[in-house]
Amino acid sequence: MSEKKIHFAVGCFILASCLALVLLVMQVAGFSFSRDQGSYTLLAKFDNIGGLKVRSPVKLGGVVVGRVEAITLDPDSYTPLVTLKMEQKYGYYPETSSLSILTAGLLGEQFIGLRPGFIDEDIELLADGDTIYDTKSALVLEDLIGQFLFSMQDKGKE
Amino acid sequence: MIDAIQQLGQRSISFVLRLGAAGTMLISALFTKPTLKWARLVLLQVYQLGVLSLPIIVVAGLFIGMVLGLQGYNVLINYGAEQSLGTMVALSLLRELGPVVTALLFAGRAGSALTAEVGLMKATEQLSSMEMMAVDPLKRIIAPRFWGGVLAMPMLAFMFSLIAIWGGSVVGVNWKGIDSGGFWSVMQASVDVKLDIVYGFIKSAVFAFVIVWVALYNGYYAKPSSAGISEATTRTVVNASLLVLALDFILTIFMYG
Repeated sequence: MSEKKIHFAVGCFILASCLALVLLVMQVAGFSFSRDQGSYTLLAKFDNIGGLKVRSPVKLGGVVVGRVEAITLDPDSYTPLVTLKMEQKYGYYPETSSLSILTAGLLGEQFIGLRPGFIDEDIELLADGDTIYDTKSALVLEDLIGQFLFSMQDKGKE
Repeated sequence: MIDAIQQLGQRSISFVLRLGAAGTMLISALFTKPTLKWARLVLLQVYQLGVLSLPIIVVAGLFIGMVLGLQGYNVLINYGAEQSLGTMVALSLLRELGPVVTALLFAGRAGSALTAEVGLMKATEQLSSMEMMAVDPLKRIIAPRFWGGVLAMPMLAFMFSLIAIWGGSVVGVNWKGIDSGGFWSVMQASVDVKLDIVYGFIKSAVFAFVIVWVALYNGYYAKPSSAGISEATTRTVVNASLLVLALDFILTIFMYG
């Protein structure tokens, strides 16, 4: 085989592998280069985060408006402290907004649902680094079952 | 009893000797000054080891992806979680099967060929005649093969993963009727560029390094006879495959443990 043919074959090989890499990154990993349009961080305190993980989505009406960036424990109050990275392109939310940890489906992944609050004259918008206090914890199935059994017991006594 | 101890000592000394020889070979191959002529030799090896391995990689990837899709579907449908098939196929391929199966196929297809080629060069005294002509066989023969293999295998692994994911999507979406939007978007939500693609690439690069090293060492130090070459080729495939599997476990501990 002549050297030119070999060069051509190797060139095609390298092109094909680069194409494979690009396809893997774009199509399989869903990576887009225009993603980082600026973001700001919000903090949120929960009583219990359940199965929330880093990179879990923050959704507003089903639209992903941010992601969980870090989960730590507040050493003073012994409550979980969640850092959220919110996308700037969706704007800012009033300080009356509330967060709750929801589950996609019965056994699905957990995510944070954002419910925007009302806007009034003396209500400010949440800025970078602000903390949201109005939060609802994750539903823990064992607690629910415990409460249910407890209420059943009460009914039995009556 | 004394014989056994003697043997143990002899074995360990010869093991250290072999390791030293392999290390010397590796270093001289790694620190070869790149020239234009040398680049051409590397290119030829990328062709021999990479392009010619392409058919087996593509066909194996397609079948492995389709089997993964089918088996995964049969299990996941029980939980009503067939949307997660894309995640399962993509993660298992990018993290494990892509690098490992490509490495095993590469060891069988290219590693054995390397050992046999270099071993025959040694048996027919081509290597010693090169030395007579003041051409260093380590630089002329070993180094281009080493770099050719190390360059070619990660590329093969990427293609393997891509073809296999496509095969999985063919089974899942086109045959079993999973919604294609769900299939791809659930996959995209859970596959991470660094954690999955970059780590998979690191794995395949490490495997390529090990396979080519083992193959070239076994060829270069093969007994110069036909039985010696066959023994060396067998040893290449067995040792390289086992090293790949063991290294995969160790790397996985560090990456995902």
